[in-house]
Order: sequence, then structure tokens, then C-alpha cells
Amino acid sequence: MEEKQNSQTSLDFNQNIFKPSSREEIVEIVKNCYRKNIPLEINGLKSKNKIGRNFQSEKTLDLSDYKGIIDYKPEELYIKARAGTPLKEIVEELSKNNQQLAFEPNDFGYLFSGESNSGSIGGVVSCNFAGSRRFKVGSVRDHILGFQGINGKGEIIKSGGTVVKNVTGYDLSKLISGSFGTLTILTELSIKVLPKPETSKTLVIKNPHLKKALDYLGKSLSSSTDPSGGVFYPDYFGKNFVLNDLTHEGGLTAIRIEGPINSVDQRLNRLSKELGLLDQELSILDNEQSNIFWNRTKNLEVFKNLKSNLLRIIVPISETLQVIQKFKNYEIKYFIDWGGSLIWSSFDQLNIKMLNEIKDIVKKHQGYVTLIKVEEDLKASADIFTIDPIKYKISEKIKRSFDPKRIFNPGKMYTGI
Amino acid sequence: MSSLQMPKVDNAIMSKKDKIALDLRGIINSKNVLSDPNELRPFETDGLTAYRQMPLLVVMPETVEEVSKILKYCNENKIKVVPRGAGTGLSGGSMPLEDCVLIAMGKFNKIIEIDYENRCVVTQPCVTNLAITHAVQEKNFYYAPDPSSQIACSIGGNVAENSGGVHSLKYGATTNNLLGIEVVLMDGTITRFGGKAMDAEGYDFLGLMTGSEGLLGVITEVTVKILKSPEVVKAALVGFPSIEDAGNCVAQIIAEGCIPAGMEIMDKALTKATNDYSKAGYPTDAEAMMIIEFDGTEHEVEAYIHKAKEIAEKNNSSSLKISKSNEERLKFWAGRKAAFPACGVLAPDYMCMDGSIPRGKLAEVLNEITRLSKKYNLPVANAFHAGDGNLHPLIMFDANDKESLRKCEEFGADILKYCVKVGGALTGEHGVGIEKRELMCEAFNDKDIQQQLTIKVALDPNSLLNPGKVYPILRKCAEEGRVHVHGGKTKFPDIPRF
Repeated sequence: MEEKQNSQTSLDFNQNIFKPSSREEIVEIVKNCYRKNIPLEINGLKSKNKIGRNFQSEKTLDLSDYKGIIDYKPEELYIKARAGTPLKEIVEELSKNNQQLAFEPNDFGYLFSGESNSGSIGGVVSCNFAGSRRFKVGSVRDHILGFQGINGKGEIIKSGGTVVKNVTGYDLSKLISGSFGTLTILTELSIKVLPKPETSKTLVIKNPHLKKALDYLGKSLSSSTDPSGGVFYPDYFGKNFVLNDLTHEGGLTAIRIEGPINSVDQRLNRLSKELGLLDQELSILDNEQSNIFWNRTKNLEVFKNLKSNLLRIIVPISETLQVIQKFKNYEIKYFIDWGGSLIWSSFDQLNIKMLNEIKDIVKKHQGYVTLIKVEEDLKASADIFTIDPIKYKISEKIKRSFDPKRIFNPGKMYTGI
Repeated sequence: MSSLQMPKVDNAIMSKKDKIALDLRGIINSKNVLSDPNELRPFETDGLTAYRQMPLLVVMPETVEEVSKILKYCNENKIKVVPRGAGTGLSGGSMPLEDCVLIAMGKFNKIIEIDYENRCVVTQPCVTNLAITHAVQEKNFYYAPDPSSQIACSIGGNVAENSGGVHSLKYGATTNNLLGIEVVLMDGTITRFGGKAMDAEGYDFLGLMTGSEGLLGVITEVTVKILKSPEVVKAALVGFPSIEDAGNCVAQIIAEGCIPAGMEIMDKALTKATNDYSKAGYPTDAEAMMIIEFDGTEHEVEAYIHKAKEIAEKNNSSSLKISKSNEERLKFWAGRKAAFPACGVLAPDYMCMDGSIPRGKLAEVLNEITRLSKKYNLPVANAFHAGDGNLHPLIMFDANDKESLRKCEEFGADILKYCVKVGGALTGEHGVGIEKRELMCEAFNDKDIQQQLTIKVALDPNSLLNPGKVYPILRKCAEEGRVHVHGGKTKFPDIPRF
């Protein structure tokens, strides 16, 4: 599927939004911008483009037409697609072969626009936000086998490949994951896929107490029952999960077990015994309802059309309780994912002073805060991502090594980068 | 191989050896600076023993501050530095340069913290891979990546090489099991990437450093995640009448949605050699032999073993044995893990290759290796981490015969080029080092390599940290050597390999 590199394109450089459908068009756009020092905002399906700092850009590069699955080999466990390919299309294609992207990336569409928009594969990789299986299967970056991209000079570069084991040269696939489009324009991505588990069931414990929930989650994750999801929803979110097998409307702790049917039942049994649960305290969600439950979690549906601010707070599991207790003076609604270490928190009326307090608290507990959704005036003054001076200096050098004139999403992550 | 070109020796540095030693003795505990040739000798090579070079000096720092001061001093005085962990690497990544200060990290040998609540271990880098598992097994935890040299290789070296192992099919390589590192850059900057909290914000420097083969920084602390030991582990030992049947079996097991913990294939030559060596009870009449291992809960393992058995039978398996006890399972592995010494019995020397290919190309690549073996008139034995397509052909030759050595090197390079041609990689887990350096342009074009070199220069502008490794310095793609073992006399002949 190699595209010819030398063919001339009929690019009109006066337009403000480029919507290329071929790689050579992208190369030409970048080369032009490089020559003329023109900053570019890079977009896929705009599901996450509100995350990050506001920045000035003269032109927009819309990659939504640069799409399509290039190669999918189920028996080799990889799929290769153009960066603008909708994630939905990839997920559907994999489903035909009973396979999946194990990192189940968040769908931010509900949060920002009230409806699903899981974005493009390029966007998913650029943001590196993994879903509930994170603690078991790794993050988005752990599934990127290789990529092809265009650096800030308009040169086509690649790293990695399509095989799982590859230590040839620096692992740039990791570096571009979570770089928010500031290092390269991704063109092609090769991603590891995995078989869907035969079944998925979820143990739901009726429990409104955070401390108890963290105790359940900690024990589950340290047990040999090998869970693949662990969340806690406090009382105020319980009503969002009215399912046939779950009539309880209060706070809940949910633990997902996946695998062959026999094994799942055996592990669920063992887990409820290990946790010392009584029958009246728990419900078991069967495959279909379990999938609905975890989809709602992945989609952050409890924050659908959220008017206030949403922070993504990550701390070591041991610190979660103390961090949340220190938030008690704020008007906060949260739920906990990743088996205890990811706190999705919405804060009403966040100001810069509060935000800095929150960041300090989290930092003291060895964690970090990413601002996912903040009100516009706060966004202008706050650091969306936090960085220390040493890492800033290194980041600056790395940025320059890919994008010497700072034309890709300049300032989206940090001022000057 | 003696013709391997390394960066130009800086004679000014060579002539200042005594002064540099004196300066370094002022920076760190003076007894930890070695300058006498007899003291330097043990550091002249790593696991790629075909290449030997005495360093200018060896320093053995004890703290991160000392590492920082050494690097800062060397950076200011333009002295090359080569970092070294346990020195078991198979691609020459820690082979010294004549004018280098070798930083031997051996004194960083303590586990700092075992944190069961966050399921991680914080350790100094020269703790061995296996020592981490030993430290946590009392509570039934373990560290998943298991390079076969795990008894000796250091965790810092694992990070530098992004080491894999037989279980990386299910559990990933080092990069997927690492939470954080403390690292010192060439200018002496001490920093941390990652930590106990997952997925640190910003550019993924943890991912960049992992597998960077000591070119970007010196690792001084490592935080790895630990896993609960699986309840049940079982293995099947399967014989096949042809390598195609074995290859098809691998592809179908994966396609059926089973992900074994490990899936290994050996060809007839190696099956026989390892069986003679370790009496593992292998089906020596089979053309290919496979070990398939599953772990998990009892029902899960039973379900998968049953499925694998069905698939193997559909693919004409000639024999099939399922382990009935842990002892029996370990016996299955004993032969596989003794592949290196077993080959040492067959020929005076052998070289171990480390290519990676799509699983579906196993039979094709093996046929090509057989063809090349005839062409070069050198015997070859093959082992594969079949589940993830990682090949380890062992080419047998006689290093005392220059022609045999030359042919072996050409043979090896041909295999790796073929791996790239079918969509694979030059190295799956041993690293590029000096061994495959000149083959990099088979896998990457100039722009790709230039991008990587730009990153190197960004962090180490004078290219002082482990220069001459990974990236080609010759103008043309020369063909260089592989892991070379002479008469079983390796540096660590008893350590299991790959």
C-alpha cells in the first residue's frame, strides 16, 4: 500500500484548513509550513482537541480524510491503519474476528458533546488515555508496534514495525504516544490486537464507602483471580447503573473478571470468598451487562455534558484514600478507575488557587493531575500539564529534534514546546 | 571481526590516563577507580565475547551523586563513557572503548523497597532479574520478564536492552513491566521518569530510555511492577513431523484466541542436541518440537491446554505430553534452556542470531535458513520463541578457521536480512549493540536513522555516552558478527541463554 512519494499535488496553500487524503499532500503542507514558519494545528476527529492548552496557529491540518485500514492480520495479532481512521471502524473490523484493542481507550465524546465520539486512531495514540484494563494490559503506548510519521521538516520517518518483539533502535513509538501531536504528524500506525475474552463478568459490591472500596480493589488486584477492571462509584453515581442484574442504586465497587467461561465462574467465586462478601451485598453482571457497565465507564458517561471542570488524577493506589480525604473541602464528584489509582474528578467552580492546591496535594502523594475539561478563563491561566524544570529542558530538546521550528501544535502541551 | 570499526581513539585522552584517574579518585572513593591492566581485564568484554577491548579506566560508583559527578567530569573533559551492568549482554552493548571510562554499576546491588500495596519493587540497577522474584516470592509475587540469563543479568541492563524472555508473549518485555527509573544524563543531570503512579504525563522518556542500550543515560534506580504468581502452570511437549505443521499449529493457537504464557519451537538438530545434553525426554524423531505453556487458574489452564491439544492433533502432531507436575514441566524446559551449552558440544564455535519475524513466516524463514546452511556449508540449529516470532538460529563454525568465520558472519547477516525482508526485525531481544550495527540500514533508511541520531545529540551533544553502538559508523552496510562462543568458553558458560 505504499503511496508514490514524488507525485505532485495540487495543493492550494491559501486555504486555512488543509484536509489531505494522501501522504504526499501532508508532506507538501509540512514542507511549506517549515519553510514559511507557519504553525499548524493538527486534528483528527476532534474528540479530544479541547484537551491541552489553547495556542495560536495559522493553519489547521485536518487528518479525518487520511483514513483507512491498510493491513489487518488477525493471526499475526496486528492491525495497520492510517492515522485518521475512526477508532470505531477499527474496533468493528477487529470484532469480526473476535479481537479487540485491549487498552479500551476512553471515549471523550459524551463529556464534550453528549454523544459518542471515540476519535481517530491517531488521536487515541497521541493522547495515550487507556481505559479500565490499564493495570493489567498496559496503556495505549504498550500496544503500539510501530508507526510512520512526518517530522517538522516534512521528512517521512518510521520506527518499530509489525512484529511484537523488536528492539531495533530507540523505541520512538513510546515517545510519540501521549505527545499530543507536538512531535510528528502520524500517518500510519501498527497496533497490537488481542483476542476478545470468551466471556466477561462483573462482581458488583453494594458499598458506598471509599475506604472499604479501596480495600476490596486492593485485595482483588493482589489476588490470583486476575481481574481486568476495578472501579468505585460513590452513592451519587450509583443510579447511573440501573441494569437488569443490578437494581441497587447506591455506591458500588465493581470488579471485572474475563476469560474462558468455566474459569471466570471459578475466579468470581473465589474472589467473593476472598473478599468475605455476603450474597446480599453483591450482584454478578453477565457478559452483556458487564460489557454495558464497562462501556459506560470507558465513556465517562457519568460526566456526560459536564458543565464544570474535569480533572484526571493519577496516584499510586496506596495514596488514593488520603488524596480524596484532602479534597473534602471542595465540591467534588469523582469515581475511581484502574483498580484504585485513577481518580476522575469533577470540581464545581475551580479557580487557579484551588487548582494549585489540588496539584500540590497530588504531587505530595507521588501523583499528577491532567486538566481534561476546564472553564475557558481558567484554561488561559492554568497549566494543563505539569512539568518540572529538568524535564521541561529535556522535552524542549526532544521537541526540537523532531520539530525544529515548532510548527506542530506549538504550545499545546507547554509554553515554548 | 577484528576489523570492527569503533569511534576514533582520542590520543589526547589516552595520554592523560594518569591525570584522569587522579581526578576521578578525587570525585569518588579512590579505591573504586581501577587503572591497573590486571584490574581492568575482567571488564574487557560482555556476553559477546568475540569482541574484546580494555577500557582506559573503570570506575565503580556507589551513589547516584557519584555517577552524576563522573558523567559531568567526563562531559566537560570530552571523555567517552561506557555504562555496564552485569555484562551479560549478547550484542556488545557494554563492550569498552580503548579511550573510555567504563562505569561499572556493580555496587548498586540492593533492593530499596518492596511495596506490595502498589505491587512494585524499587531497586538499584545491578540487582539481578531473578533476585527481584526471589525477594517477593514469599508473598507469591514475581517479576514477569524472564530473559534466560535472569540468574546473572541485572535489571538495569534489562531496562537498557528492553529484555524479553520466554514469557514475553503474554506478559510483555521489560518496557511493559517498568513503572519508573532514575537516570543520570551525560551532563550529570539527575532525573526521574515515571514512578509508582502509572503513565507519567508528558513525553514518554521512560519508554525512550528503555531499550536505548546505554546511549542516552545511566540508570541508577528502577521501579518494576510485580504480579501475583499464577495458581497453576502447565506445559505440553509436542512433536511434529514437519516445521510447517509446527508453524501452522502456532498460528492457529493464536487465531483461536489462546495466548499461552510461552510457546517455543526447536528444530530436529537442536532437539537432539539438547536432549543428549540434558536428558529432557524430548521426541528426538520429530522434525520440530514445541513447548506450549499456559498459566492461570486451574479451569483456565485446563481449558487452554485442551484447546491447544486439539489444535496440535489437527496439525499432525506425532507426540504430545502434558506435564503432570511442576517438576515435569521444569524438565520440559531444562533442555530448551540448555540450548547454548548443548550446541557447544556439537561444534567448536557457534553464533546465536536474534531475528524477529511474523509468526506466519516461520516455515518460510526456516526453509531459507536450511538453504543458506547448505550454501555456506555450515550446520545450524534453530530455536524460536515461536509465539512472538523471535528466532534464535545457532550457526556452528570453527573460529580458528578464518574462512569458516567469514562464512558464518555472512550466513548470519543473510538470515537477518531475510527476517527484515519478510516483515520482521533485526533483533527481537538481544539489542543492536556493535553486533548488528551495520545492518541497521537494512531496517531503516537514512531519514529514520537521522531522526534517532538527532535525539541522541539532543541529550548527549558530544556523543560521549556509549558511542559506536547501535548506529552504523561505516559508510556502507558492512556485515558484522553475532554472538560468538568458542569451545563453550564464554564469559559465563553456565548461564542459560535466550
